[in-house]
Amino acid sequence: MAHPTTPDPAPDDQAVPGPDAGVQTVHPDDAAGEFIAVQASDEFQDLRRTHRSFVFPMAIAFLVWYFAYVLLADYAHDFMSIRVVGNINLGLILGLLQFVSTFGITAAYVHFSNKKLDPKATALRERLEATVDEGDLK
Amino acid sequence: MSILATSAAVPLAAAAESTSVGNPFVNIGIFAVFVGVTLVVVLRASKNNKTAADYYAGGRSFTGTQNGTAIAGDYLSAASFLGICGAIAINGYDGFLYSIGFLVAWLVALLLVAEMLRNTGKFTMADVLSFRLKQRPIRIAAAITTLAVCLFYLLAQMAGAGALVSLLLGIDGRLGQSLVITVVGALMIVYVLVGGMKGTTWVQIIKACLLIAGAFIMTIWVLAMYGFNLSTLMGAAVETAGNPALLDPGLKYGASETSKLDFISLALALVLGTAALPHVLMRFYTVPTAKEARKSVVWAIWLIGAFYLFTLVLGYGAGALIGPERITNAPGGVNSAAPLLAFELGGPILLGVISAVAFATILAVVAGLTITAAASFAHDIYANVIAKGKTTPEKEMKVARRTVVVIGILAIVGGIGAQGQNVAFLVALAFAVAASANLPTIIYSLYWKRFSTQGAVWSMYGGLATAILLIVFSPVVSGTKTSMIVGADFAIFPLSNPGIISIPLAFFLGWLGTVLSKTKEDPAKQAEMEVRSLTGVGAEKAVDH
Repeated sequence: MAHPTTPDPAPDDQAVPGPDAGVQTVHPDDAAGEFIAVQASDEFQDLRRTHRSFVFPMAIAFLVWYFAYVLLADYAHDFMSIRVVGNINLGLILGLLQFVSTFGITAAYVHFSNKKLDPKATALRERLEATVDEGDLK
Repeated sequence: MSILATSAAVPLAAAAESTSVGNPFVNIGIFAVFVGVTLVVVLRASKNNKTAADYYAGGRSFTGTQNGTAIAGDYLSAASFLGICGAIAINGYDGFLYSIGFLVAWLVALLLVAEMLRNTGKFTMADVLSFRLKQRPIRIAAAITTLAVCLFYLLAQMAGAGALVSLLLGIDGRLGQSLVITVVGALMIVYVLVGGMKGTTWVQIIKACLLIAGAFIMTIWVLAMYGFNLSTLMGAAVETAGNPALLDPGLKYGASETSKLDFISLALALVLGTAALPHVLMRFYTVPTAKEARKSVVWAIWLIGAFYLFTLVLGYGAGALIGPERITNAPGGVNSAAPLLAFELGGPILLGVISAVAFATILAVVAGLTITAAASFAHDIYANVIAKGKTTPEKEMKVARRTVVVIGILAIVGGIGAQGQNVAFLVALAFAVAASANLPTIIYSLYWKRFSTQGAVWSMYGGLATAILLIVFSPVVSGTKTSMIVGADFAIFPLSNPGIISIPLAFFLGWLGTVLSKTKEDPAKQAEMEVRSLTGVGAEKAVDH
């Protein structure tokens, strides 16, 4: 179930530093400094850029396309009612294209993540896990 | 999800006096088999419930495929099956518009939220929101919005369920319906109490398989009757209804300029609400890594997309084979389209299967909501705010289990009280509150370095208050014949969905609160959150048994 390589996941969840407020562990300054240094590193900035250069334009694109469709269906009834084949009209075709674009963007994102994002993220993670003390991160 | 179905709760309750279709004993029998099988699965799954990560997050040991199926099971409520089929059968194209919003919304979760949430959080949405901001105010605000969304969603499911299932099982009258609601609530408490997140997940997986398989078989059946030609099927639907406008947009939302604007407001809430529903977000913690979280969403998108394509065929199929007039006059009104179609195709047995699936669906969705609300109360309010972190996991889980019972009883009492009410407003509120109160803060804290505690607090409370106030002063609550309070009229706000105002306002408040903020947040925490969210360093690991 767990990755064989990962160190023992403490069964006591409260012992894990991180998002928990009241956890009494003081975050070591060196680990804090470590994250600021990593954040400023070229390698991380490159990963961040790669991620944002895909997800932001894609998110804007699908939202614009979705709202264009909603506005057409809402205000351009004549246009959407144009028959294309038999009883199939433009509205149905554009609606089905929303399904196609959703499936397409999903597939494109998976491809992009596997090819471009995961190798960079994994390399950085493994390097970090090797250099930073166990107690600081886990 | 249940915007469509629950709006028919009023005619449902009124129609409960009349007889149901099919054989209630067959329906009850098939449902009893489902309950029996899932109880065994839940009991087996509960054997490994040792730590908080087991109870809240199923030990983080589900695969992406399993979790994706469970997400589909959590998301596709009975309303989206019965409601969308009925809406397409009666309103044609305008019914189809819903499914598109529900599906496209998943891209927000896939691209912007799922993986980063998995990498930085632990059990609840508040874990992520309070990561680099001040713990106390953020956790309290996030827990309040989580509980609000879950409770409204839960009440709507319970009330809709009571009316719907009573009808399918042939139990008449208010007392009988209250009994059904109590049984649903009690079963749900048992599942969640015993099985935790593991049990809940398995119930959702089994239900998703049944629902999608059932819809698939009916789709192929309907298509086969029309030579696998969608155009012929739609032509037949038009012929039965005697209304060619069925194929074109505007039958429902084209009525006036207000109704057109209302549709835009709804579209906005649907597309931005999904990725901020706490019970959907919590599912991302049940997998071991961010990569599996991504796989979950991908799998969920395929299943949900396929399902909505089936409903298009089923809706027009019900329109063609049964016709809008018979559907509207049947007990259950719009919601009866899919069960009537099942009866028309496969007689009492298929109807029994479809009814059992609808019941299972309600149970699975309600269980998912309950465990989310319980986790939020025990983990965010109790452990981190009341006990200030000085508690043991055992104690926290004890609180969580008690919360499950309390929420279960609240849901039963609320569901009985809300019988026959117009409960559509509860679900509209749930989606609008999620999109207004949660989404801006989720997006800002993941992507905007400067975002501050004041911005988050303003955005969450501002979004929550605006959404609720606008609904209170909308036609949903007063001013029309179908309003919640009949006879009163204080509907100053003309739209029934507040999204078009409350969502942009919440984004604006988040920005304003941040730029006006006098205190700066800890840059080290921001650095840690950003590095963790993208690389997965230090993310919570799966529990090894």
